[in-house]
Amino acid sequence: MIARRGISLRLREALHGYGFILVWVIGFSLFTLVPLVETFRYSLNQVAVTATSINLSFVEWANYSRALFTDPNFVELLIGYTIETLISIPIVLIFAMIIAMFLNLKFKLKALFRVIFFLPIVITSGPVIRELTAQGAASAPGIADVPAVVEFLQELPRALRSPVEYLLTSFILILWFSGVQILIYLASLQKVDRSVYEAAAIDGASSWEIFWKIVLPALSTATLVNAIYTIVTLSHFSENRVIRYIYDQTYDVQGGIGYASALAFLYFAVMVLLLGIVFGLLMQWAKRSR
Amino acid sequence: MTNVLCHPILERMRMLLFGSRAHRGWVFSAVLYTLLIALGFVYLQPLLFMFINSLKNSSDLLNPMVQWVPTEFYLGNYIRSYRVLDYPNTLVTSIAISVIPSLLQTVVASVIGYGLARYRFWGKPVIFALLLATFIIPPQNTVIPQMLTYRNLGLLGDPLALIIPAALGQGFRSAIFVLIFYQSFVSLPKVLEESARLDGASDLRIFLTIAVPSALPAFIVSFIFSTVWYWNETFLTVIFLEGGVTTLPMQLSRFTQAYENLYPPGVVNIFERLNEAVKMSGTFLNILPLLVLYFVLQRWFVESVEMTGITGE
Repeated sequence: MIARRGISLRLREALHGYGFILVWVIGFSLFTLVPLVETFRYSLNQVAVTATSINLSFVEWANYSRALFTDPNFVELLIGYTIETLISIPIVLIFAMIIAMFLNLKFKLKALFRVIFFLPIVITSGPVIRELTAQGAASAPGIADVPAVVEFLQELPRALRSPVEYLLTSFILILWFSGVQILIYLASLQKVDRSVYEAAAIDGASSWEIFWKIVLPALSTATLVNAIYTIVTLSHFSENRVIRYIYDQTYDVQGGIGYASALAFLYFAVMVLLLGIVFGLLMQWAKRSR
Repeated sequence: MTNVLCHPILERMRMLLFGSRAHRGWVFSAVLYTLLIALGFVYLQPLLFMFINSLKNSSDLLNPMVQWVPTEFYLGNYIRSYRVLDYPNTLVTSIAISVIPSLLQTVVASVIGYGLARYRFWGKPVIFALLLATFIIPPQNTVIPQMLTYRNLGLLGDPLALIIPAALGQGFRSAIFVLIFYQSFVSLPKVLEESARLDGASDLRIFLTIAVPSALPAFIVSFIFSTVWYWNETFLTVIFLEGGVTTLPMQLSRFTQAYENLYPPGVVNIFERLNEAVKMSGTFLNILPLLVLYFVLQRWFVESVEMTGITGE
């Protein structure tokens, strides 16, 4: 009798739990799962949209092979995206970490600097960034225009030049993507007990050693979260060139919805691959740090 | 103090990296403030550039001597971009388009987060995995069928196209808000809930009277961040609202075209042609409401993590 009552209580709890998340399950099915499957179906078809109906003609993997082997731009854009993301991740993480460590100190005017460093969270949007980049306001201050730098860039092999150019012209933008990451690092730093630092200092550890042996390991989980957040926000940003290309192809006569869907899935695959690599690397580190 | 000055500078530099408050000498402070000011300037530079250029008249723009200080306080750019942006209308639309979905999204996320945090049920890891998936899946992988469905329903260009997903927990970046609420509810002591249950309170009542008041900061932080992200989101709004209502960022992205409609290039005199100063003033008008919001509510932004107890795990 007691056992039965136990089970029914358990069931009751589960049912109430499902009740609370029911909305999400419905929303997920309607607005994520079904459209995702539908988009995948489009990617295997030639899609023609008329005023009243959508006509599909099955073409197997033709959209994918066209994107990978015939399209003159797409693969190059994907490679560019991968390189730019791989460059941006360490910059965002390192700057976010440094700024978070600054803000974890006690000093005068701290409130002012906090306001400055979190400001980009509020104003970073596609059209604003586009206008700023168009005016050259996003480059590392003054560096990209110095004649010596321009000459230096021209000396570089082509494969190296575009990442360096990207770095110089979009340096501030990369920094602007680190607002939320600073918040997350700051939260992790504040969880470290002050007495740990003091104990280490008493044992004769230098500040340098304390950074590498205490602070950095304490930030390993936050680094993992931040890396994923950075990749996702950079990849979803509406001014991302791959996204713009896919968007343009959707309304293109040559491309169309089927082709754009195939591009979207290829882009998604590359993004997941990037996430997987970064996650794997940082996860190993985080495990060792525990 | 003398003791501090004896330390080699290298050691100070190292202190800077890890941030102990043990001994802080003036060398350290000087380095700290220099770096902070340098970094702060780098962060603000695009904004300063935007604001200063937006105040330049057309002769200042051409004059290479005028870099950071315009010769006069010229508001002509603002007057024109105000008209081009159709400011009062697009502003109201933008506020509505970001506030209404955000309110719904916050409320729904709190319900879902509560369910995940307080109840044991089968399949929870799956839900978490799918939640993460909704955060990762790029919008262009799901947006086309949604758009076509909306078109069939006649909802394209209607704000409902953004409101319905938000009400069902699939708004913009909803996974983050669910996780915020999960974090703030999971640490709630079980005792409160149990004593209320003994008094005969229903689950919904416990949620509304005990859980919700305890998570007030999470509500405010979620609502603010959600509003800002909805405001700045243009990919989805352009696709769902194009041809219907126009938000401020949408109008900004077709600024050139709108400007030339109002001030045809062949007709207006040279001082009223579209130049970067006008564009910058338009961009500044676009972020102005957000700046006001940020400075009024800055505490909720900079202390959001402490307030909601997000631990980053």
